[in-house]
Amino acid sequence: MNRSSLATGLMFISPCLVGLLVFMVYPVVASFYFSFCDYMIFDSPRFIGLDNYGELVNDPLFWTSLYNTLYYTLIAVPGGMLFAFLLALILNMKVRGMAFYRTIFFLPSIIPIVASSVLWVWILNPQYGLVNMLLIRLGIPNPPGWLSDPAWSKPALILMSLWGAGGTLVIYLAALQDIPVQLYEAAELDGAHAWHKIRHITIPTASPVLFFTLIMGLITSLQYFTQAYVMTSGGPGNSTRFFAFYLFDNAFQYFRMGYASAMAWILFLVIVVSTFLVFRFTGKYVHYAGR
Amino acid sequence: MKQAVQKSVLAHVLLVVLSAVFILPFLWLVSTSLKPDAEIFREGIHLLPDRPTLSHYLKGIESYNFPHFLKNTAVICFLSVLGTLLSCSLAAYGFAMVNWRGREISFYVLLATMMLPPQVTMVPVFMIFRELGWINTILPLVAPCFFGNAFYIFLLRQFYLSIPRDLIDAARIDGCHDFRIWANIVLPLSKPALATVGLFAFLYAWNDFLGPLIYLMDEDKYTLSLGLAMLRGQYFSDWGSLMAVSALMVIPIIILFFFTQKTFIQGIKTTGLTG
Repeated sequence: MNRSSLATGLMFISPCLVGLLVFMVYPVVASFYFSFCDYMIFDSPRFIGLDNYGELVNDPLFWTSLYNTLYYTLIAVPGGMLFAFLLALILNMKVRGMAFYRTIFFLPSIIPIVASSVLWVWILNPQYGLVNMLLIRLGIPNPPGWLSDPAWSKPALILMSLWGAGGTLVIYLAALQDIPVQLYEAAELDGAHAWHKIRHITIPTASPVLFFTLIMGLITSLQYFTQAYVMTSGGPGNSTRFFAFYLFDNAFQYFRMGYASAMAWILFLVIVVSTFLVFRFTGKYVHYAGR
Repeated sequence: MKQAVQKSVLAHVLLVVLSAVFILPFLWLVSTSLKPDAEIFREGIHLLPDRPTLSHYLKGIESYNFPHFLKNTAVICFLSVLGTLLSCSLAAYGFAMVNWRGREISFYVLLATMMLPPQVTMVPVFMIFRELGWINTILPLVAPCFFGNAFYIFLLRQFYLSIPRDLIDAARIDGCHDFRIWANIVLPLSKPALATVGLFAFLYAWNDFLGPLIYLMDEDKYTLSLGLAMLRGQYFSDWGSLMAVSALMVIPIIILFFFTQKTFIQGIKTTGLTG
Protein backbone atom coordinates (compact mmCIF):
# COMPACT_ATOMS: atom_id res chain seq x y z
CA MET A 1 0.00 0.00 0.00
CA ASN A 2 1.57 3.25 -1.08
CA ARG A 3 0.61 6.44 -2.74
CA SER A 4 1.09 5.12 -6.24
CA SER A 5 -1.33 2.22 -5.70
CA LEU A 6 -3.91 4.75 -4.47
CA ALA A 7 -3.40 6.67 -7.70
CA THR A 8 -3.66 3.48 -9.75
CA GLY A 9 -6.82 2.39 -7.95
CA LEU A 10 -8.44 5.77 -8.40
CA MET A 11 -7.46 5.83 -12.04
CA PHE A 12 -9.25 2.54 -12.66
CA ILE A 13 -12.40 3.50 -10.82
CA SER A 14 -12.44 7.11 -12.04
CA PRO A 15 -15.20 6.64 -14.64
CA CYS A 16 -17.29 4.88 -12.03
CA LEU A 17 -16.45 7.55 -9.44
CA VAL A 18 -17.55 10.34 -11.79
CA GLY A 19 -20.73 8.37 -12.52
CA LEU A 20 -21.40 7.92 -8.83
CA LEU A 21 -21.04 11.64 -8.17
CA VAL A 22 -22.97 12.88 -11.21
CA PHE A 23 -25.72 10.26 -11.46
CA MET A 24 -26.12 9.32 -7.78
CA VAL A 25 -24.71 11.64 -5.11
CA TYR A 26 -25.68 14.95 -6.67
CA PRO A 27 -29.16 13.75 -7.81
CA VAL A 28 -29.95 12.31 -4.37
CA VAL A 29 -29.07 15.58 -2.65
CA ALA A 30 -30.85 17.65 -5.32
CA SER A 31 -33.95 15.45 -5.29
CA PHE A 32 -34.19 15.75 -1.50
CA TYR A 33 -34.01 19.56 -1.81
CA PHE A 34 -36.50 19.65 -4.73
CA SER A 35 -39.00 17.71 -2.62
CA PHE A 36 -39.27 20.84 -0.45
CA CYS A 37 -39.64 23.12 -3.46
CA ASP A 38 -42.26 24.37 -5.83
CA TYR A 39 -40.44 23.41 -9.01
CA MET A 40 -42.15 23.63 -12.36
CA ILE A 41 -39.77 22.44 -15.03
CA PHE A 42 -39.30 25.84 -16.72
CA ASP A 43 -38.85 27.89 -13.53
CA SER A 44 -36.17 27.66 -10.89
CA PRO A 45 -37.00 25.80 -7.67
CA ARG A 46 -38.61 27.87 -4.89
CA PHE A 47 -38.40 26.59 -1.31
CA ILE A 48 -41.85 25.93 0.18
CA GLY A 49 -41.01 23.72 3.17
CA LEU A 50 -43.27 20.73 3.72
CA ASP A 51 -46.05 21.92 1.38
CA ASN A 52 -45.53 19.14 -1.19
CA TYR A 53 -45.82 16.48 1.49
CA GLY A 54 -48.87 18.23 2.95
CA GLU A 55 -50.51 18.32 -0.47
CA LEU A 56 -49.72 14.63 -1.03
CA VAL A 57 -51.48 13.62 2.19
CA ASN A 58 -54.61 15.37 0.90
CA ASP A 59 -54.29 14.05 -2.67
CA PRO A 60 -56.79 11.18 -3.17
CA LEU A 61 -54.92 9.94 -6.24
CA PHE A 62 -51.74 9.62 -4.16
CA TRP A 63 -53.55 7.26 -1.78
CA THR A 64 -55.18 5.37 -4.66
CA SER A 65 -51.82 4.83 -6.34
CA LEU A 66 -50.26 3.72 -3.05
CA TYR A 67 -53.14 1.31 -2.43
CA ASN A 68 -52.89 -0.12 -5.97
CA THR A 69 -49.15 -0.64 -5.59
CA LEU A 70 -49.42 -2.34 -2.20
CA TYR A 71 -52.31 -4.52 -3.47
CA TYR A 72 -50.22 -5.63 -6.42
CA THR A 73 -47.04 -6.15 -4.38
CA LEU A 74 -48.65 -8.06 -1.52
CA ILE A 75 -50.23 -10.60 -3.89
CA ALA A 76 -47.86 -10.74 -6.87
CA VAL A 77 -44.61 -11.12 -4.89
CA PRO A 78 -45.55 -13.97 -2.53
CA GLY A 79 -47.73 -15.53 -5.24
CA GLY A 80 -44.91 -15.49 -7.77
CA MET A 81 -42.45 -16.89 -5.23
CA LEU A 82 -44.78 -19.73 -4.25
CA PHE A 83 -45.51 -20.56 -7.87
CA ALA A 84 -41.82 -20.52 -8.83
CA PHE A 85 -40.87 -22.60 -5.78
CA LEU A 86 -43.49 -25.28 -6.50
CA LEU A 87 -42.36 -25.47 -10.13
CA ALA A 88 -38.73 -25.73 -8.98
CA LEU A 89 -39.64 -28.55 -6.58
CA ILE A 90 -41.28 -30.47 -9.43
CA LEU A 91 -38.39 -29.83 -11.83
CA ASN A 92 -35.93 -30.92 -9.16
CA MET A 93 -37.51 -34.39 -8.99
CA LYS A 94 -34.95 -35.47 -11.60
CA VAL A 95 -37.63 -35.63 -14.29
CA ARG A 96 -36.37 -36.30 -17.78
CA GLY A 97 -36.19 -33.19 -19.94
CA MET A 98 -35.60 -30.83 -17.02
CA ALA A 99 -33.52 -28.41 -19.13
CA PHE A 100 -36.26 -28.33 -21.77
CA TYR A 101 -39.01 -27.46 -19.28
CA ARG A 102 -36.74 -24.93 -17.59
CA THR A 103 -36.26 -23.18 -20.96
CA ILE A 104 -40.01 -23.00 -21.57
CA PHE A 105 -40.74 -21.55 -18.14
CA PHE A 106 -37.82 -19.15 -18.40
CA LEU A 107 -38.49 -17.66 -21.85
CA PRO A 108 -41.39 -15.36 -20.91
CA SER A 109 -39.22 -13.61 -18.32
CA ILE A 110 -36.65 -12.36 -20.85
CA ILE A 111 -38.86 -11.06 -23.64
CA PRO A 112 -39.32 -7.26 -23.77
CA ILE A 113 -41.91 -6.03 -21.28
CA VAL A 114 -43.60 -3.84 -23.89
CA ALA A 115 -44.01 -6.82 -26.22
CA SER A 116 -45.41 -9.08 -23.50
CA SER A 117 -47.69 -6.26 -22.37
CA VAL A 118 -49.15 -5.76 -25.86
CA LEU A 119 -49.52 -9.54 -26.22
CA TRP A 120 -51.38 -9.81 -22.91
CA VAL A 121 -53.78 -7.00 -23.76
CA TRP A 122 -54.80 -9.15 -26.70
CA ILE A 123 -54.87 -12.38 -24.68
CA LEU A 124 -57.06 -10.71 -22.04
CA ASN A 125 -59.38 -9.13 -24.62
CA PRO A 126 -62.88 -9.72 -23.16
CA GLN A 127 -64.42 -10.87 -26.43
CA TYR A 128 -61.74 -12.40 -28.64
CA GLY A 129 -58.97 -13.04 -26.09
CA LEU A 130 -57.47 -16.45 -25.50
CA VAL A 131 -58.18 -16.48 -21.76
CA ASN A 132 -61.90 -15.81 -22.00
CA MET A 133 -62.38 -18.19 -24.91
CA LEU A 134 -60.74 -20.90 -22.81
CA LEU A 135 -62.93 -20.00 -19.83
CA ILE A 136 -66.06 -20.17 -21.98
CA ARG A 137 -65.02 -23.55 -23.28
CA LEU A 138 -64.48 -24.68 -19.67
CA GLY A 139 -68.12 -23.81 -19.03
CA ILE A 140 -67.85 -20.35 -17.48
CA PRO A 141 -70.54 -18.37 -19.33
CA ASN A 142 -69.68 -14.82 -18.19
CA PRO A 143 -65.90 -14.51 -17.83
CA PRO A 144 -64.54 -11.27 -16.34
CA GLY A 145 -63.79 -8.20 -18.47
CA TRP A 146 -60.20 -8.21 -17.08
CA LEU A 147 -58.46 -4.97 -18.07
CA SER A 148 -61.74 -3.19 -18.79
CA ASP A 149 -63.16 -3.89 -15.34
CA PRO A 150 -61.80 -1.93 -12.32
CA ALA A 151 -62.38 -4.95 -10.08
CA TRP A 152 -60.42 -7.31 -12.34
CA SER A 153 -57.66 -5.11 -13.76
CA LYS A 154 -55.17 -5.67 -10.93
CA PRO A 155 -55.83 -9.44 -10.72
CA ALA A 156 -55.27 -9.52 -14.50
CA LEU A 157 -51.85 -7.87 -14.11
CA ILE A 158 -50.99 -10.27 -11.27
CA LEU A 159 -51.98 -13.23 -13.45
CA MET A 160 -49.71 -11.91 -16.17
CA SER A 161 -46.84 -11.51 -13.68
CA LEU A 162 -46.99 -15.25 -12.91
CA TRP A 163 -46.19 -15.91 -16.55
CA GLY A 164 -42.90 -14.05 -15.95
CA ALA A 165 -41.95 -16.01 -12.81
CA GLY A 166 -39.39 -18.11 -14.71
CA GLY A 167 -36.40 -16.00 -13.68
CA THR A 168 -37.13 -16.73 -10.01
CA LEU A 169 -37.67 -20.37 -10.90
CA VAL A 170 -34.16 -20.63 -12.35
CA ILE A 171 -32.66 -19.19 -9.14
CA TYR A 172 -34.66 -21.60 -6.96
CA LEU A 173 -33.80 -24.57 -9.12
CA ALA A 174 -30.08 -23.75 -8.86
CA ALA A 175 -30.42 -23.51 -5.07
CA LEU A 176 -32.31 -26.81 -4.84
CA GLN A 177 -29.69 -28.57 -6.95
CA ASP A 178 -26.99 -27.42 -4.53
CA ILE A 179 -28.60 -29.20 -1.58
CA PRO A 180 -26.48 -32.28 -0.71
CA VAL A 181 -28.33 -35.53 -1.48
CA GLN A 182 -26.99 -37.03 1.77
CA LEU A 183 -29.30 -34.77 3.76
CA TYR A 184 -32.35 -36.29 2.09
CA GLU A 185 -30.97 -39.82 2.35
CA ALA A 186 -30.33 -39.42 6.07
CA ALA A 187 -33.85 -38.07 6.54
CA GLU A 188 -35.33 -40.98 4.59
CA LEU A 189 -33.49 -43.45 6.85
CA ASP A 190 -35.12 -41.71 9.78
CA GLY A 191 -38.51 -42.24 8.10
CA ALA A 192 -39.17 -38.68 6.89
CA HIS A 193 -41.99 -38.16 4.39
CA ALA A 194 -41.90 -35.84 1.37
CA TRP A 195 -43.47 -32.95 3.26
CA HIS A 196 -41.04 -33.36 6.18
CA LYS A 197 -38.12 -33.26 3.79
CA ILE A 198 -39.40 -30.09 2.14
CA ARG A 199 -40.26 -28.45 5.44
CA HIS A 200 -37.08 -29.34 7.36
CA ILE A 201 -34.44 -29.65 4.65
CA THR A 202 -35.42 -27.92 1.40
CA ILE A 203 -36.94 -24.72 2.76
CA PRO A 204 -34.29 -24.02 5.43
CA THR A 205 -31.43 -24.72 3.02
CA ALA A 206 -32.97 -22.57 0.30
CA SER A 207 -33.98 -19.83 2.75
CA PRO A 208 -31.18 -17.34 1.86
CA VAL A 209 -32.30 -17.48 -1.77
CA LEU A 210 -35.97 -17.18 -0.83
CA PHE A 211 -35.09 -14.20 1.33
CA PHE A 212 -33.06 -12.58 -1.45
CA THR A 213 -35.82 -12.99 -4.04
CA LEU A 214 -38.38 -11.65 -1.57
CA ILE A 215 -36.39 -8.43 -1.06
CA MET A 216 -35.66 -8.01 -4.77
CA GLY A 217 -39.28 -8.78 -5.64
CA LEU A 218 -40.53 -6.16 -3.19
CA ILE A 219 -38.21 -3.47 -4.54
CA THR A 220 -39.15 -4.24 -8.16
CA SER A 221 -42.90 -4.48 -7.55
CA LEU A 222 -43.07 -1.23 -5.64
CA GLN A 223 -41.73 0.42 -8.84
CA TYR A 224 -44.27 -1.32 -11.12
CA PHE A 225 -44.82 0.93 -14.12
CA THR A 226 -44.29 -0.20 -17.72
CA GLN A 227 -47.03 -2.84 -17.94
CA ALA A 228 -49.66 -0.47 -16.57
CA TYR A 229 -48.51 2.38 -18.81
CA VAL A 230 -48.68 0.26 -21.97
CA MET A 231 -51.68 -1.93 -21.16
CA THR A 232 -54.21 0.24 -19.37
CA SER A 233 -52.85 3.81 -19.24
CA GLY A 234 -53.77 3.68 -15.56
CA GLY A 235 -57.44 2.90 -16.12
CA PRO A 236 -60.17 1.92 -15.85
CA GLY A 237 -61.01 4.51 -13.24
CA ASN A 238 -57.40 4.78 -11.98
CA SER A 239 -57.56 1.15 -10.84
CA THR A 240 -54.09 0.59 -12.34
CA ARG A 241 -52.63 4.02 -11.56
CA PHE A 242 -49.63 2.65 -9.66
CA PHE A 243 -47.34 4.76 -7.48
CA ALA A 244 -44.46 5.00 -9.97
CA PHE A 245 -47.01 5.78 -12.70
CA TYR A 246 -48.52 8.72 -10.82
CA LEU A 247 -44.99 9.89 -10.00
CA PHE A 248 -44.12 9.77 -13.70
CA ASP A 249 -47.30 11.71 -14.52
CA ASN A 250 -46.41 14.45 -12.07
CA ALA A 251 -42.86 14.75 -13.38
CA PHE A 252 -43.31 14.39 -17.12
CA GLN A 253 -46.98 15.15 -17.84
CA TYR A 254 -47.63 18.00 -15.37
CA PHE A 255 -43.92 18.95 -15.01
CA ARG A 256 -44.28 19.26 -11.23
CA MET A 257 -40.71 18.25 -10.44
CA GLY A 258 -40.91 19.15 -6.74
CA TYR A 259 -44.11 17.19 -6.17
CA ALA A 260 -42.69 14.20 -8.07
CA SER A 261 -39.50 14.34 -5.99
CA ALA A 262 -41.53 14.27 -2.78
CA MET A 263 -43.30 11.16 -4.11
CA ALA A 264 -39.93 9.58 -4.91
CA TRP A 265 -38.79 10.03 -1.32
CA ILE A 266 -41.99 8.50 -0.02
CA LEU A 267 -41.38 5.56 -2.37
CA PHE A 268 -37.87 5.24 -0.97
CA LEU A 269 -39.29 5.33 2.56
CA VAL A 270 -41.82 2.58 1.70
CA ILE A 271 -39.00 0.44 0.27
CA VAL A 272 -36.77 0.97 3.32
CA VAL A 273 -39.59 0.23 5.77
CA SER A 274 -40.76 -2.91 3.97
CA THR A 275 -37.18 -4.19 3.63
CA PHE A 276 -36.69 -3.57 7.33
CA LEU A 277 -39.91 -5.42 8.17
CA VAL A 278 -38.84 -8.39 6.05
CA PHE A 279 -35.47 -8.49 7.84
CA ARG A 280 -37.16 -8.15 11.21
CA PHE A 281 -39.78 -10.86 10.75
CA THR A 282 -38.17 -13.40 8.46
CA GLY A 283 -34.50 -12.83 9.23
CA LYS A 284 -34.49 -15.33 12.07
CA TYR A 285 -35.79 -18.07 9.76
CA VAL A 286 -33.02 -17.58 7.26
CA HIS A 287 -30.43 -20.29 7.62
CA TYR A 288 -26.90 -19.80 6.36
CA ALA A 289 -24.91 -23.00 5.96
CA GLY A 290 -21.84 -23.16 8.15
CA ARG A 291 -23.02 -20.64 10.74
CA MET B 1 -40.87 -48.57 -6.48
CA LYS B 2 -44.43 -48.41 -7.79
CA GLN B 3 -44.95 -45.24 -5.79
CA ALA B 4 -41.87 -43.65 -7.36
CA VAL B 5 -43.16 -44.42 -10.85
CA GLN B 6 -46.55 -42.93 -10.00
CA LYS B 7 -44.88 -39.81 -8.67
CA SER B 8 -42.78 -39.35 -11.77
CA VAL B 9 -45.81 -39.82 -14.03
CA LEU B 10 -47.72 -37.25 -12.01
CA ALA B 11 -44.80 -34.81 -12.23
CA HIS B 12 -44.61 -35.27 -15.99
CA VAL B 13 -48.32 -34.72 -16.51
CA LEU B 14 -48.15 -31.55 -14.41
CA LEU B 15 -45.12 -30.29 -16.33
CA VAL B 16 -46.64 -31.00 -19.73
CA VAL B 17 -49.85 -29.17 -18.82
CA LEU B 18 -48.04 -26.20 -17.25
CA SER B 19 -45.53 -25.82 -20.05
CA ALA B 20 -48.42 -25.91 -22.54
CA VAL B 21 -50.01 -23.06 -20.58
CA PHE B 22 -46.71 -21.16 -20.62
CA ILE B 23 -46.12 -21.61 -24.33
CA LEU B 24 -49.69 -20.92 -25.41
CA PRO B 25 -49.31 -17.08 -25.35
CA PHE B 26 -46.33 -17.38 -27.74
CA LEU B 27 -48.34 -19.60 -30.09
CA TRP B 28 -51.25 -17.17 -29.90
CA LEU B 29 -48.88 -14.32 -30.75
CA VAL B 30 -47.59 -16.04 -33.88
CA SER B 31 -51.01 -17.39 -34.80
CA THR B 32 -52.70 -13.97 -34.62
CA SER B 33 -49.90 -12.33 -36.60
CA LEU B 34 -50.46 -14.79 -39.47
CA LYS B 35 -54.26 -14.59 -39.59
CA PRO B 36 -56.27 -12.32 -41.90
CA ASP B 37 -58.43 -9.86 -39.93
CA ALA B 38 -61.61 -11.83 -40.56
CA GLU B 39 -60.11 -14.81 -38.73
CA ILE B 40 -58.65 -12.75 -35.88
CA PHE B 41 -62.09 -11.56 -34.83
CA ARG B 42 -63.80 -14.90 -34.74
CA GLU B 43 -65.19 -16.70 -31.71
CA GLY B 44 -63.53 -19.92 -30.63
CA ILE B 45 -59.93 -21.06 -30.42
CA HIS B 46 -58.28 -21.66 -33.77
CA LEU B 47 -54.52 -21.91 -33.38
CA LEU B 48 -53.84 -22.66 -37.04
CA PRO B 49 -54.97 -19.95 -39.48
CA ASP B 50 -57.20 -21.21 -42.32
CA ARG B 51 -55.62 -18.83 -44.80
CA PRO B 52 -52.26 -17.72 -43.38
CA THR B 53 -50.97 -14.37 -44.60
CA LEU B 54 -47.80 -12.32 -44.20
CA SER B 55 -49.65 -9.05 -44.81
CA HIS B 56 -49.37 -7.96 -41.17
CA TYR B 57 -45.60 -8.40 -41.26
CA LEU B 58 -45.36 -6.39 -44.47
CA LYS B 59 -47.50 -3.67 -42.94
CA GLY B 60 -45.39 -3.67 -39.78
CA ILE B 61 -42.21 -3.36 -41.81
CA GLU B 62 -43.44 -0.92 -44.43
CA SER B 63 -45.91 1.44 -42.78
CA TYR B 64 -45.08 0.99 -39.10
CA ASN B 65 -41.45 1.99 -39.38
CA PHE B 66 -40.11 -1.22 -37.85
CA PRO B 67 -36.70 -1.16 -39.63
CA HIS B 68 -36.12 2.37 -38.39
CA PHE B 69 -36.95 1.51 -34.78
CA LEU B 70 -34.71 -1.55 -35.10
CA LYS B 71 -31.79 0.57 -36.29
CA ASN B 72 -32.20 3.07 -33.43
CA THR B 73 -32.39 0.23 -30.91
CA ALA B 74 -29.33 -1.49 -32.35
CA VAL B 75 -27.23 1.69 -32.06
CA ILE B 76 -28.28 2.18 -28.43
CA CYS B 77 -27.64 -1.49 -27.63
CA PHE B 78 -24.17 -1.42 -29.18
CA LEU B 79 -23.07 1.73 -27.35
CA SER B 80 -24.59 0.54 -24.05
CA VAL B 81 -22.76 -2.78 -24.19
CA LEU B 82 -19.49 -1.13 -25.19
CA GLY B 83 -19.70 1.49 -22.43
CA THR B 84 -20.78 -1.00 -19.78
CA LEU B 85 -18.01 -3.50 -20.54
CA LEU B 86 -15.34 -0.82 -20.62
CA SER B 87 -16.27 1.15 -17.52
CA CYS B 88 -17.30 -1.80 -15.38
CA SER B 89 -14.29 -3.97 -16.14
CA LEU B 90 -11.97 -1.04 -15.37
CA ALA B 91 -13.72 -0.32 -12.08
CA ALA B 92 -13.84 -4.00 -11.15
CA TYR B 93 -10.08 -4.19 -11.68
CA GLY B 94 -9.62 -1.20 -9.39
CA PHE B 95 -11.76 -2.88 -6.72
CA ALA B 96 -10.31 -6.39 -7.05
CA MET B 97 -6.69 -6.13 -8.13
CA VAL B 98 -5.30 -2.88 -6.71
CA ASN B 99 -4.85 -2.32 -2.97
CA TRP B 100 -5.65 1.23 -2.00
CA ARG B 101 -6.80 2.99 1.10
CA GLY B 102 -10.58 3.41 1.17
CA ARG B 103 -11.18 0.64 -1.35
CA GLU B 104 -13.56 -1.43 0.79
CA ILE B 105 -15.66 1.49 1.98
CA SER B 106 -15.94 2.87 -1.58
CA PHE B 107 -17.08 -0.52 -2.79
CA TYR B 108 -19.79 -0.76 -0.15
CA VAL B 109 -20.99 2.77 -0.89
CA LEU B 110 -21.27 1.70 -4.52
CA LEU B 111 -23.24 -1.42 -3.58
CA ALA B 112 -25.55 0.60 -1.33
CA THR B 113 -26.66 2.68 -4.33
CA MET B 114 -28.40 -0.41 -5.71
CA MET B 115 -31.01 -0.06 -2.96
CA LEU B 116 -32.00 3.37 -4.22
CA PRO B 117 -35.06 3.34 -6.52
CA PRO B 118 -34.26 5.11 -9.81
CA GLN B 119 -37.29 7.37 -9.26
CA VAL B 120 -35.30 9.25 -6.61
CA THR B 121 -32.58 10.29 -9.04
CA MET B 122 -34.85 10.51 -12.11
CA VAL B 123 -35.81 14.20 -11.85
CA PRO B 124 -32.34 15.73 -11.16
CA VAL B 125 -30.72 13.47 -13.78
CA PHE B 126 -33.33 14.64 -16.29
CA MET B 127 -32.52 18.26 -15.41
CA ILE B 128 -28.78 17.61 -15.93
CA PHE B 129 -29.40 16.21 -19.41
CA ARG B 130 -31.76 19.09 -20.13
CA GLU B 131 -29.05 21.60 -19.19
CA LEU B 132 -26.66 19.78 -21.51
CA GLY B 133 -29.21 20.01 -24.32
CA TRP B 134 -29.30 16.22 -24.67
CA ILE B 135 -33.08 15.79 -24.57
CA ASN B 136 -34.39 14.06 -27.71
CA THR B 137 -30.98 12.45 -28.36
CA ILE B 138 -29.76 8.98 -27.46
CA LEU B 139 -27.01 10.41 -25.23
CA PRO B 140 -29.00 10.22 -21.94
CA LEU B 141 -29.58 6.53 -22.69
CA VAL B 142 -25.99 5.55 -23.54
CA ALA B 143 -23.69 8.05 -21.82
CA PRO B 144 -24.39 6.76 -18.26
CA CYS B 145 -23.24 3.28 -19.38
CA PHE B 146 -19.72 4.66 -19.77
CA PHE B 147 -19.67 5.60 -16.07
CA GLY B 148 -20.13 2.22 -14.43
CA ASN B 149 -22.99 0.26 -12.94
CA ALA B 150 -22.85 -1.08 -9.37
CA PHE B 151 -24.45 -4.38 -10.22
CA TYR B 152 -22.16 -5.29 -13.13
CA ILE B 153 -19.06 -4.08 -11.26
CA PHE B 154 -20.03 -6.36 -8.39
CA LEU B 155 -20.42 -9.30 -10.76
CA LEU B 156 -17.08 -8.71 -12.52
CA ARG B 157 -15.24 -8.09 -9.25
CA GLN B 158 -16.43 -11.47 -7.94
CA PHE B 159 -15.00 -13.07 -11.04
CA TYR B 160 -11.69 -11.18 -10.90
CA LEU B 161 -11.19 -12.28 -7.29
CA SER B 162 -11.06 -15.87 -8.54
CA ILE B 163 -8.13 -15.10 -10.87
CA PRO B 164 -4.86 -16.29 -9.19
CA ARG B 165 -3.09 -13.30 -7.65
CA ASP B 166 0.31 -14.89 -8.39
CA LEU B 167 -0.32 -14.29 -12.06
CA ILE B 168 -0.89 -10.58 -11.49
CA ASP B 169 2.04 -10.26 -9.07
CA ALA B 170 4.37 -12.05 -11.50
CA ALA B 171 3.37 -9.63 -14.26
CA ARG B 172 3.98 -6.68 -11.95
CA ILE B 173 7.44 -7.98 -11.02
CA ASP B 174 8.19 -8.26 -14.73
CA GLY B 175 7.46 -4.54 -14.89
CA CYS B 176 4.05 -4.80 -16.50
CA HIS B 177 1.91 -1.73 -15.99
CA ASP B 178 -1.55 -2.19 -14.40
CA PHE B 179 -3.30 -0.97 -17.50
CA ARG B 180 -1.54 -3.63 -19.57
CA ILE B 181 -2.32 -6.31 -16.97
CA TRP B 182 -5.97 -5.36 -17.27
CA ALA B 183 -5.92 -5.40 -21.06
CA ASN B 184 -3.66 -8.40 -21.70
CA ILE B 185 -4.26 -10.74 -18.76
CA VAL B 186 -7.46 -9.97 -16.89
CA LEU B 187 -9.76 -9.21 -19.83
CA PRO B 188 -8.88 -12.35 -21.82
CA LEU B 189 -9.27 -14.48 -18.68
CA SER B 190 -12.67 -13.04 -17.81
CA LYS B 191 -14.46 -13.66 -21.10
CA PRO B 192 -17.31 -15.69 -19.53
CA ALA B 193 -18.04 -12.95 -17.00
CA LEU B 194 -17.79 -10.25 -19.68
CA ALA B 195 -20.20 -12.26 -21.82
CA THR B 196 -22.72 -12.37 -18.98
CA VAL B 197 -22.44 -8.63 -18.33
CA GLY B 198 -22.58 -7.83 -22.05
CA LEU B 199 -25.64 -10.00 -22.48
CA PHE B 200 -27.48 -8.37 -19.58
CA ALA B 201 -26.52 -4.88 -20.75
CA PHE B 202 -27.75 -5.72 -24.25
CA LEU B 203 -31.06 -7.10 -22.96
CA TYR B 204 -31.56 -4.10 -20.72
CA ALA B 205 -31.03 -1.67 -23.61
CA TRP B 206 -33.21 -3.74 -25.97
CA ASN B 207 -36.07 -3.94 -23.46
CA ASP B 208 -35.81 -0.56 -21.74
CA PHE B 209 -38.97 1.51 -21.91
CA LEU B 210 -38.85 4.23 -19.24
CA GLY B 211 -35.56 5.72 -20.52
CA PRO B 212 -36.67 6.17 -24.15
CA LEU B 213 -40.11 7.31 -22.95
CA ILE B 214 -38.58 10.14 -20.92
CA TYR B 215 -35.84 11.24 -23.31
CA LEU B 216 -36.94 10.56 -26.90
CA MET B 217 -39.56 12.91 -28.34
CA ASP B 218 -39.53 12.52 -32.14
CA GLU B 219 -40.91 9.38 -33.66
CA ASP B 220 -37.90 8.93 -35.92
CA LYS B 221 -35.72 8.52 -32.81
CA TYR B 222 -37.94 5.89 -31.13
CA THR B 223 -36.66 2.48 -30.07
CA LEU B 224 -38.57 -0.76 -30.63
CA SER B 225 -40.12 -0.71 -27.14
CA LEU B 226 -41.25 2.88 -27.43
CA GLY B 227 -42.37 2.42 -31.04
CA LEU B 228 -44.46 -0.63 -30.20
CA ALA B 229 -46.10 1.16 -27.26
CA MET B 230 -46.93 4.08 -29.56
CA LEU B 231 -48.38 1.74 -32.22
CA ARG B 232 -50.50 0.12 -29.52
CA GLY B 233 -51.91 3.56 -28.70
CA GLN B 234 -52.55 4.52 -32.32
CA TYR B 235 -53.70 1.30 -33.94
CA PHE B 236 -55.31 -0.33 -30.92
CA SER B 237 -57.58 -2.63 -32.91
CA ASP B 238 -55.09 -3.70 -35.58
CA TRP B 239 -54.13 -6.77 -33.58
CA GLY B 240 -52.61 -8.62 -36.51
CA SER B 241 -49.99 -5.94 -37.13
CA LEU B 242 -49.36 -5.34 -33.41
CA MET B 243 -48.69 -9.06 -32.98
CA ALA B 244 -46.45 -9.09 -36.07
CA VAL B 245 -44.33 -6.22 -34.73
CA SER B 246 -44.22 -7.86 -31.27
CA ALA B 247 -43.11 -11.12 -32.85
CA LEU B 248 -40.35 -9.34 -34.78
CA MET B 249 -39.20 -7.82 -31.49
CA VAL B 250 -39.36 -11.07 -29.50
CA ILE B 251 -37.83 -13.48 -32.02
CA PRO B 252 -34.27 -12.02 -31.92
CA ILE B 253 -34.30 -12.37 -28.12
CA ILE B 254 -35.41 -16.00 -28.30
CA ILE B 255 -32.74 -16.79 -30.91
CA LEU B 256 -30.15 -15.02 -28.78
CA PHE B 257 -31.28 -17.04 -25.79
CA PHE B 258 -30.80 -20.36 -27.55
CA PHE B 259 -27.25 -19.42 -28.53
CA THR B 260 -26.29 -18.10 -25.11
CA GLN B 261 -28.34 -20.33 -22.83
CA LYS B 262 -25.40 -21.35 -20.65
CA THR B 263 -24.22 -17.77 -20.14
CA PHE B 264 -27.77 -16.79 -19.34
CA ILE B 265 -28.50 -19.48 -16.78
CA GLN B 266 -25.08 -19.04 -15.20
CA GLY B 267 -25.59 -15.29 -14.94
CA ILE B 268 -29.05 -15.65 -13.40
CA LYS B 269 -27.73 -18.15 -10.87
CA THR B 270 -24.77 -16.05 -9.78
CA THR B 271 -26.57 -12.75 -9.63
CA GLY B 272 -30.19 -13.50 -8.99
CA LEU B 273 -31.16 -11.03 -11.68
CA THR B 274 -34.60 -11.57 -13.15
CA GLY B 275 -36.46 -9.87 -15.95
